[in-house]
Amino acid sequence: MKAAVIVFPGSNCDRDLAVAIETITGTAPAMVWHRDAELPAGLDLIALPGGFSYGDYLRSGAMSARSPVMQAVVAAAAQGRAVLGVCNGFQVLTEAGLLPGALMRNAGLDFVCRDVGLRVENSQTMFTARYDAGEAIRIPVAHHDGNYFTDTETLDRLEGEGRVVLRYTESVNGSARDIAGIINETGNVLGLMPHPERLIEAEQGGTDGRRMFEALAVALG
Amino acid sequence: MKARVTITLKPGVLDPQGRAIQNALGGLGFEGIAGVRQGKVIELDLADGTSEAVIDAMCSKLLANTVIENYRIELL
Repeated sequence: MKAAVIVFPGSNCDRDLAVAIETITGTAPAMVWHRDAELPAGLDLIALPGGFSYGDYLRSGAMSARSPVMQAVVAAAAQGRAVLGVCNGFQVLTEAGLLPGALMRNAGLDFVCRDVGLRVENSQTMFTARYDAGEAIRIPVAHHDGNYFTDTETLDRLEGEGRVVLRYTESVNGSARDIAGIINETGNVLGLMPHPERLIEAEQGGTDGRRMFEALAVALG
Repeated sequence: MKARVTITLKPGVLDPQGRAIQNALGGLGFEGIAGVRQGKVIELDLADGTSEAVIDAMCSKLLANTVIENYRIELL
């Protein structure tokens, strides 16, 4: 599997994501700076990391979504390349229009930084195939703007099409229908607020995040 | 020329910051506040003759997220 991690100014989980990918696949991903207009050739996976790109100026992810590299990411997604957005990466994906909706300020206004309970609602995706349907897992979140919002019609469509992939099993941030992660219509772009890259080795306190990268390694070779 | 863009949350979009401000005003003893909505104001210093259509494109492409926000343009 050939992967790239996009690095924006203010990304702070890019190295965690790179280590997770390298640990599981044995190959270090390319680190691609946001000003690069082109991606390396032959990528299987593009990962957008967590952090506070551009200091969350204007809106979380808004500036990054318009950076040169994102045009290439949007084009690659349209060609069916796998795209994973974690936390700020999820915010960037919604701002770039690759996923519907928006991530707003947490309902309690607090920055939430703790392990949260999640349920894998769809284990038939290339990102979640190594989890069981309905499996309960725990993965940390660390965000101020994770309150997922979209209109009722879109929420119903996401639910009906199995595109709500991860759901919180506890109150976290006021997210509509407790949505923690969604996938696009064609099943190749996943955005999630929790940080699976932080739970790869037992030394990190658990390994519930590991299977997401294992599933990708299996799906993408 | 200058233009002012006012960005507000769409009706129906929850505004936890507005709610916190409302509660704080209530805490200061101000009564009868039915609601508070927080928005943004962006002032643009533009080349003379910039059309409103161009400013509108700036709003829809970057300044506002039209999933959750409305915007209003005033030429000053």
